[in-house]
Formats: sequence, C-alpha cells, structure tokens
Amino acid sequence: MIGDALIVSAILFTIGVVGVLTRRNAIILFMCVELMLNAVNLSFVAFAKLHGVGGHVFVIIVMTIAAAEAAVGLAIVISVFRHFGAVDLQNLKLLRR
Amino acid sequence: MAALQTASAHPLDGSLAEWVWLLPLLPLLGALLNGALVLWPRVTGAALTDASLDARETDTARRLAGTRWLTSIIGPGAMLAAFALAAAIFFTMRGTADLVAPFIRTYASWMPVGDLVIDWGVQLDQLSMVMTLVITGVGLLIHVFSVGYMASDGGYARYFAYLNLFVAAMLVLVLGSSYPVMFVGWEGVGLASYLLIGFWFSDKANADAGKKAFIVNRIGDFGFLVAMFLLFSTTGALDFVGAHSALAMASPAVFTAAALFLFLGAAGKSAQLPLYIWLPDAMAGPTPVSALIHAATMVTGGVYLVARAAPVFAGAPAVSLFVALIGAVTALFAATIALRQWDIKKVLAYSTISQLGYMFVAVGTGAYAAGVFHLVTHAFFKALLFLGAGAVIHAMHAAYHHSHQHDQDAQDLRNMGGLRRYLPITSATMWLATLAIAGVPPLSGFFSKDEILASVFARAQGSPLASTTLLGVPGSALLYLIYAIGIVTALVTAIYMTRMMLLAFSGENRTGDRAAAGLHEAPAVMTSPMIALAVLTVVGGWLNLPELLPFGPAHLLSEWLEPVTGEASRVLGGTARLDHGTEIVLVGTAVLVALLGIAIAYVRFRGPVATKDHAVPETGVAALLGDAYRVDAGLDRTLVQPLGAFASRVLWQGIDQRLDRAFVAGGALITRVAGQAHDALGAGDVGRYAWVIVLGVLAMLAAFTLR
Amino acid sequence: MTPFYRFQFYLFALMAIGAALLFVTRKSPVSAALWLVNVMFALSGLYVMLDAPFVAAVQVLVYAGAIMVVFVFVVMLLNLGRPDQLPDLREAGARIGAGVIGVVLLANLLAVRRETFPVVELAPPIDNVVLPVAESLFTEYLLAFELTSIVLLVAIVGAVVLAKKRATV
Repeated sequence: MIGDALIVSAILFTIGVVGVLTRRNAIILFMCVELMLNAVNLSFVAFAKLHGVGGHVFVIIVMTIAAAEAAVGLAIVISVFRHFGAVDLQNLKLLRR
Repeated sequence: MAALQTASAHPLDGSLAEWVWLLPLLPLLGALLNGALVLWPRVTGAALTDASLDARETDTARRLAGTRWLTSIIGPGAMLAAFALAAAIFFTMRGTADLVAPFIRTYASWMPVGDLVIDWGVQLDQLSMVMTLVITGVGLLIHVFSVGYMASDGGYARYFAYLNLFVAAMLVLVLGSSYPVMFVGWEGVGLASYLLIGFWFSDKANADAGKKAFIVNRIGDFGFLVAMFLLFSTTGALDFVGAHSALAMASPAVFTAAALFLFLGAAGKSAQLPLYIWLPDAMAGPTPVSALIHAATMVTGGVYLVARAAPVFAGAPAVSLFVALIGAVTALFAATIALRQWDIKKVLAYSTISQLGYMFVAVGTGAYAAGVFHLVTHAFFKALLFLGAGAVIHAMHAAYHHSHQHDQDAQDLRNMGGLRRYLPITSATMWLATLAIAGVPPLSGFFSKDEILASVFARAQGSPLASTTLLGVPGSALLYLIYAIGIVTALVTAIYMTRMMLLAFSGENRTGDRAAAGLHEAPAVMTSPMIALAVLTVVGGWLNLPELLPFGPAHLLSEWLEPVTGEASRVLGGTARLDHGTEIVLVGTAVLVALLGIAIAYVRFRGPVATKDHAVPETGVAALLGDAYRVDAGLDRTLVQPLGAFASRVLWQGIDQRLDRAFVAGGALITRVAGQAHDALGAGDVGRYAWVIVLGVLAMLAAFTLR
Repeated sequence: MTPFYRFQFYLFALMAIGAALLFVTRKSPVSAALWLVNVMFALSGLYVMLDAPFVAAVQVLVYAGAIMVVFVFVVMLLNLGRPDQLPDLREAGARIGAGVIGVVLLANLLAVRRETFPVVELAPPIDNVVLPVAESLFTEYLLAFELTSIVLLVAIVGAVVLAKKRATV
C-alpha cells in the first residue's frame, strides 16, 4: 500500500514537472507547482505509516509554506500582469542581455 | 652563556676556554657597530657610495675626519680583543695536559629534525686553535694597515664593517662543531668576500668580479652540500665527532663520493683547478682585503676543510691522491701564469693559487701538519707581500695624483722600478717575504715547503698511499710525479717572485720624473704591521723544525696537531720516515732550486723594461701565459654565452613573456567562458530557470539511482 | 487488505491521476484550477486511507479551500480573456524535451523506490487523531513551526507590498 502510494506520488510529480516545462501561462505554471507539492505530501503521509507522526507534521508545514508561497507568487503575477497586460512567461525575460 | 650540553669531563672544563663563544661575537659586534655608523650619515657623514682613493680626497677627509676615529677604534679594537682572547685561550690550552679529545660546547638547538640533531656549537681543538690564532693575529695586523690604506676612502666605516663581518664568519667556519655550522661560516666568508671585492662597486668591473667570485664559489658550495647529504644519509649525524666516529662502518664508495664532493667545495673556496678563475679577478678589491681574504684566511678554508674531514679522506686514499695531484698541477699551472703577469697584484694572486696547491698536496698525501704549517707561514709572507704591494700602490697613486696623471695604471710593474730608493722599509720587508716564498733558508717558507716535499717523497717510497692506485696508475709513481712537479714549481716560484721584485724595486724608475717626486714611503701605521709580519716570516719556521737540525725544538706544530690529525695521517702516510741522508739530499735540492730560480730571474729580467704605455704587445708563449692560457675567454665562449643566450631567449622571451602572459590571458579567457556558460543557463529567463532546476534535480536523482 | 480497501485505493488513485492529466491539459485557467481541486479531493481520500484523517481534513480545508480559492480569485481578478486567446503551450522543442524529461524522471523515481515495503496494518480508529500531531509539532518540530510563522508573516507583508498599486502606474 505504501509502495502503491509512492507510485502514485511519482506519477503526480512527473505530471507536475511536465506541466511546468510545457505551459506558458504563469498562473497555470504556478498551479503545476502546487500539484508537485501535493505529490510530495502524499509521499510524506505514506512514509509516516512507517516512521511515525513526523510525516504528518511535515505535511502541515508544507501546506503552510505553500500557502505563503501562493500568496506572494500571486502578488507577483498580479504585478507582472499590470506591467505587461498578460501573464505570458515569454515576457519575463527582462534580465537577459 | 649557558651551554646546552657538556661532554663528559674535559680538561678544559671551567677554564678560560669556556669563553670561546666570544671569539666570533667580538668581530661581529664590531661589524654591527661600524655598520650602524655607516647607516647614520647625519652623525658620521659617511656615504654608502664608494669613493676611490683618488677622488674627493681632501674634502671627504675633512668631512669625515670627525668620526673616523670611532671606526678606527671599533674595527681594529674588536680584532685586538679577539686576538687577545684567542692568545689567552691558547696559552690555557698549552698549560693543560692531556688534551686529546676536542672541547665541544653547544649553545642552542638549531635543527632538531627527526633523527638529525644540529646545534649551534663550538669545537675547540688544536687545529681550530691554530686557525683562530692566524685569523685573529694576521687579521689584526691587516686591520691596522687598513687604517692607513683606506684613510681617504669615503666608505671607511663600511669597509671595516665588512672586514669585521668577514673575520666573524671565518671564525665561525673554523670553530664550528659540525658541518652545517661550518657551512654557515663558509657562506658568510663568501658573502663578505663578495662585498669586499666589489667594494668600489660604482666601477662595473669590480662588481662583476665580486659576482664571479660568488658564483664560482657556489659551485664549490654545491659540492659541500652534497657531501653533507651523503654523510648524513650514511651516519645520521653531521657534527664532526659524531659523524666521523659513525663513518667507520661506511662502504668505500661512500668515502670516495663524500671525499670527492668535499674536495669540490674546498676547490671552490681555495681556488684550485678548475675553480680558480675568480681569484685573479678578486684583485679588484682593496689590497688589504686581498691580503686578508685571498691570501691568509678565506682561501685557506678549503685546506682547513680537508684537514677537518681527515677521517673521510683517510678512508678514500684514491681521492686523497687525486687531491694531491690536483694541488700539484694547480701549483705549476698558476706559477707559469705568474711568470708573465704585469699587474703586481695579479702576480701575487697566481702565487697564492700556486701556494695553495702546495697545501693541498700536503693534506692530500695525509701530511696534515705540513699543510697547516705551510698555511701558517704562507699567511705570514703572503700577507706581507700583499701589504707591501698595497704600500707600493698607495705610493704610486700618490705619485700620479701629484702629477695629475690619473689615467696611468698604478699597479703595473712596468710603471714601477727602482722603488727601493723611495720605499726602503717596504722593499726590505718584501724582499724577506720573497726569499721566504722562494724557499731560502732559514726563513719560514723554506721549512714549510721543504716539509711538504719531504713528506711527499717519504710517502712515495713506501706507504699505504703509495700502494693505492688512481685510475690504474700506482700511487708511488704519482707521488714521485707530484714531488717532481713540486720541485719545478719551486723553481718557477723563485723566478717569478724575483722578477716581480726586480721590476718593482730595482733598476731605473719608470714612473716619470714628475710623478716620482710624489713617491714616498708608507706611513708608520702601514709599515708597522709589515715589519711585524716580516719578523714572523723570519721566525715562523721555528714552529715546525725538522729533526734534521741539531738545535731547536723539533716538530712543535706536528705534535700540537697530533690528537686531531695524527691518526688519519698515519692511515694515509704510514709511518714513512726518510733517513737522514735522503733528507739532506732533498733539502739541498730545494735550496739549490730556489737559488737557481733567483739567479735565472736576475739574469733574465735585469735589463731595461718599457713602461706600460710604450710596451710592445707580447706574442707566442709569453702572450699565452699573460692571458692565463685564455681560460676565461674559453669559459666565456663555452659556458657563459650559451647560458646567457638560454636565459635571454628561453627563460625571458619564452617563459616570462609568453608563458606568463598566457597564464594571465588564460585566466581572463576562463572567466569569460564561464560567464558565457552561466548566461547560457538562462540568466534572466524565467522559463529557462525551470528547465535548469528540473535538470538539476534529475541529475541528483540519477546520482542516487546509479549509485 | 480487504479487496474493498484496495478497490477504494485504486479508485482514488486513478481519480487523482486522471484529474491531474486533465488539469495539465486545460487551456482555461479556471478549468485547470477546478481540476486541481479535484486532484486534491482525491488525495484527501488517499490520506484517509493511509490513516491520516487529520491531514486529510487540513488538506481540504487549507489547500482546496483556501489556496485554490486564492488562485481562482486571482484568475477572476485578472480577467484574462477567452480561453482560445490565451497563450498556451511553449514551443515544440520544449514540449518534446518535457516529454523526454518526464519519462526519465518517472523512471528515475520508480527506480529509486527499490525496496518493497511491508504491509502495515490499518490503525484502529482512535478518538483523538490530532493529539499525536500536535504533540510532535509543538515539541520536536517547534523550531520549524516558529519559522513557518515568520514565513507567513513575511508572505503577508510581501503580498501587500507587491500588490499595491503604485502611485504612478
């Protein structure tokens, strides 16, 4: 059961990675990252059955951090939108020469 | 000064000998004080620039006269103190019975590294005592002479600082208790020699001469170092007592190799073939320097080294034969060159090389006492000769200054002549020294040279040395050959020395009437040391009279040195003893040869000689000898030029310019490429960031999986 | 493991994977967000089956109920336009590369998971599922807890600062 959960976690994670690499919309990119975080949460919970309640604690913390990250990230996305009028990832190349 | 460790009870414990550490420190203190005076120009007015004898005589003399007295007291004063202490210790040693083992005191730990323990230590035994007396005694006389000779020189304090430094280093050399401490003194005298040869350094030729001396010495130092390494790896110790006692179990190959390399070091310091080329050039320094360093003391350091390392050489009889052979060949070689030299100091320089050859003949054949005896007598008469030459040059300079002929060579024999009338004391003392070096009895040189030749002959007749072979040639044949060379060299010595004296002091004066009016005898401060040395030259033979004589104490020096070198001497030379008949024949031969040489010179060189400006250029053999067999030119072609070209083209252009620039440019290139690589990773492109992060994670996971 | 249990497990798992695939391929951000919510619900079910009911509840409350709501809010706020007008996928090369990476990554992850895990019994239902977590959180992981609080503070301040309209826009 734990092994199966880990397989699921791996598949979800991979889907998230592919999404990050493929999509151009910043918001959808963000949500793919959230998917990756969720996959990792699943791994933690699966391992918690073997190694004790620390896994659950970690999941709580991950969720908290994800919340903070979402807040700040979306604020950035809003700023970007105000500047470019769109959330296309190709716009975010200003630092290149 | 508390000693680190004391040997088991020595007869000299607690006596005046405990103060032996003060001996090198006194001249060192003098050097420091004089050096401080040099560096304190507002007080002393002394300048770091050199001022030759001719230039700025009057005003520098006035400017500096105020503080010169201080230097004149410190310099010779330190020497006087050192000599007094040395004499006192000597008399203490004389009064102590049963002095067989050396008196060793260590004062501080220097290099305790693993098994090797080297300490700063002093070894006082009969051999080092003799050397110390010569160094401090003759050194004192020369310091006094220098007060007069360098009186008008701008670098007065600097001169005495360097001279004291030299004496300090030389004392460290002879008093050291181990090879490394001796090497410190060895290097120190090399440094002092360099500083003093190039004393008037604003003339490039003088600086070059100093450089040449130092570099050629370096080659010898390499030999010394390799010998030390060999000794350490074989015996695990480097102090004289320890190393020599542990050497008994070494293989003959180690003895041979160590002895050969030690001789290389000695040859460099003592100007034997082929490392003699620096000594004639070293005459560029002030004449008292030549007297002290290049006649009496530093160049005898090599002889001292061979005597000190006698156990090593005793174990390698073939190398000892080789040493004697080189000494003999050098003696003859240098003597022939001196036949045709026109510079008075160059004659004496080649004469020194030749006499050093005699000393190496002695120590090479195991006659260590005879070698040291000749060292002592040679110090007396050669220092006297150089000081005399200094007085002559001093007078010639004054003469040319008087006649404002500053382009004339004050050292050329062709410009001298008939100086006997103007410099009577100098002439008389130098004639004494000349007779001594030619080997005329009863002067000291006769006794010492004769003892060397007699020892060689005795060993040729039958000894362990005669039984060995050097590259297939039997030792006895070589020893006879060495004896023959010694006799021929004695003849040549008498000839060239008489020639020098005749050209300088006899006949018509060639200096020119205007200049001759300025010729005068040296002041008392300069003639007094010469007279003292003349006395020593006359009576010095009493140090080691042969048993042949029906009167006088025989073999004083040999008996004194017996505990130090006696055993090695017997290992090489056996107990060979000439019977009285043979000895009388040998003595007669030597005296005849000396008188014959003087006669030949009288006949040959009596006629009028052209001055240097009008001299006819020489041809043929004379030219070859005059050019010293063109050795320097040959070395320049084969060694110096190629090395110079190599340094210029390969090292400078190739490595310095191209390679170093390549390094700098390469660094810049690397930085640029790294920056571009970083740029390629997507600096500033958010989309690329994602790629890079994912690839990185993938790499890490792969590392995990594939482990 | 009763067969029912396994059926439930695979059901939730397939729901999660299917919803994820659908999420990744939606053009419209709103649709994508809703499908992500679906993923979270499925995961929540998985959590319950893995004896983590508290975590499951928190997942629904916080992740699905708060974070995803924020996402939808922002999408609505920005009024991004019709789905077919939106910029969607990156260039073809990136897509192929992403595909390759995905395969490699999945293979890697599956290979890393080398051991077979023991079958652990389902924990008996207990009254207080929060207590163990709370105990651990406030003793062993207290530092992490405090740090997270600071991160939240920073996030709040940062979000306010970033999203403020500048005086001269």
